Amino acid sequence: MNVGLPHFLTVSAALFSLGLFAVMSRRNAVGILMGVELMLNAASINFVAFSRYVQHGIDGQIMSAFIIVLAAAEAAVALAIVLAMFRNFGTVNADTVQSLKQ
Amino acid sequence: MELLHVNIPNWSDLATHWRPEVMLVGTFLLALLGDLVVRGRRPAVPFTVALVGLTMAGICAVRKLGVEGGTVMGDLVVVDGLAAFFRILFIFTGLATVLFAWTSEEIMGKKRENKGEFFALTVLLTLAACVMAEARDLLMLFLSMEAVGIVSYVMAGYMRGSLRSTEASLKYVIFGAVSSAIMLYGLSLLYGMTGSMQFEGIRAGLQTGDVNAFGLLVAVVLVMAGMSYKIAAVPFHYWAPDVYEGAPTPVSALFSVGPKAAGFALMIRFFYTTLAAGPDANASAGLIAQINWPLLMAVISAATMTYGNLVALRQANVKRMLAYSSIAHVGYLLMGFVLLTDAGLQAILFYLLVYTFMNLGAFFFVVAVNNHLKSEHLDDWVGLGFRMPWAASLMIIFLGSLTGIPPFAGFAAKLYLFTAVMDRQWFWLVIVAGLNSVISLYYYFKVAKAMFLMSPPEGADMSPLKLHWLQYTVLGVLAIPTLALGLFFGRFKGLADRAIEMMTTGL
Repeated sequence: MNVGLPHFLTVSAALFSLGLFAVMSRRNAVGILMGVELMLNAASINFVAFSRYVQHGIDGQIMSAFIIVLAAAEAAVALAIVLAMFRNFGTVNADTVQSLKQ
Repeated sequence: MELLHVNIPNWSDLATHWRPEVMLVGTFLLALLGDLVVRGRRPAVPFTVALVGLTMAGICAVRKLGVEGGTVMGDLVVVDGLAAFFRILFIFTGLATVLFAWTSEEIMGKKRENKGEFFALTVLLTLAACVMAEARDLLMLFLSMEAVGIVSYVMAGYMRGSLRSTEASLKYVIFGAVSSAIMLYGLSLLYGMTGSMQFEGIRAGLQTGDVNAFGLLVAVVLVMAGMSYKIAAVPFHYWAPDVYEGAPTPVSALFSVGPKAAGFALMIRFFYTTLAAGPDANASAGLIAQINWPLLMAVISAATMTYGNLVALRQANVKRMLAYSSIAHVGYLLMGFVLLTDAGLQAILFYLLVYTFMNLGAFFFVVAVNNHLKSEHLDDWVGLGFRMPWAASLMIIFLGSLTGIPPFAGFAAKLYLFTAVMDRQWFWLVIVAGLNSVISLYYYFKVAKAMFLMSPPEGADMSPLKLHWLQYTVLGVLAIPTLALGLFFGRFKGLADRAIEMMTTGL
């Protein structure tokens, strides 16, 4: 079988949908963040695939390297915030945190 | 085969075009280092560093205004009129926030920890916002937006022990991460359709290539999702009221202006360059028509302002009310985007300039009241006009300007936006915006009524409240342009016009 651009795009679209589904269905804040990671990885695959098949350059690959770095930075900050939330509220469920709005 | 175009960075570019940014980097590092050296015990050290650094960067940025710009870091960022305009706005916002936070109990109160870090983070947010206004490449666009985002998440949760602050930062980080992932997917599609990372390259690819209109629409909608989040436009506004209410008030003030204006700067450059710019007006008109851009933007704009104003009516918490009011103002601002014309974009810039002064002023007044009353509830504000008459009078100026009543700057700014849309026969949008302005009068006036007209209950504490001299100074400095720009707007409107002209003509 010849693997081409459509295969990569199919995988990335599936990954993006799974990530979005996880974000919308999970109550656990850590689970939501995992869904976000899937979505970022989907975009990463897109960038690498397009850089190989469309641009024939390396811009997309550089982009995906930056995406990985930023995903790590974002996850570090987000997990620190989840930790602070666990200390204050005693839970990591995003929908039980309702102290605002009175 | 040449795969790599290695651009050796020209370091002299950094010194000529990017001097304010380099200064901000230095300020940030020095403030952080200073805080470490004094082990967080003397917040005056990072405060002074941030103050001096921001002032110097601001002076430098003002002197660069109107000077011919150029690209820095191998074409990744461009310093043109638009960037020069916005970076002054951001540095001013950062400076005002640093000054006001110094007097805020929420940041500097006795029991608070890590007071010094706040100033370093404010400088970092300012820097990231400047880069957002300068990005001309998908890589830089994503990097700068994430930089603004990550710093904002930390600042929203600044009061670590506070439930409200933690909840605010949690909501901010979750919505932010999701919307930036959605945007990134849209960017990857644009890259795939055009094979270019540069905004100009994307435009060229869209106009010459055989672009699928539906694919383009999907990509633009996904990218819009990420940017709507940044500026808090419907339907990506959910985070804004909670974050603004829960975050420390000086941080809410910064959020309601800095990242929002940066989002607009990025949207102006991105959508104008990719969809509308260029000598080939017919081709670009075709692109915009294919995805029905004007209708899309008009609907988002009308929905945003109506939602913000209607929900603001019901708020009894002034901070939350101001949060909804800032959503409504995003709706007005988006009117300038409907046609992607020069007049519309110029009106957006002028509105953002006025909005910075009046909105910072209104939020800072809440900070000052909060220091004494520890409450943002309107019932506790009754009689405030007699307890702090000067500051409350200044607040009336800010509220009047936010409503858009004639002698104030908000009126002139709104007038430009409305006429820009009216010129192209979008009458229904202007009517919706006009009605919205009338609605907003009600809830802004509610605050004025509580402060000056309602009589406080028997036995209420009516002792006069004294503000820090720094608070009077900053509120006064913000009130002067809020009044003056309403009467003598020509010169500053000229600045905004010139900034857009410089961007559209290529530099």
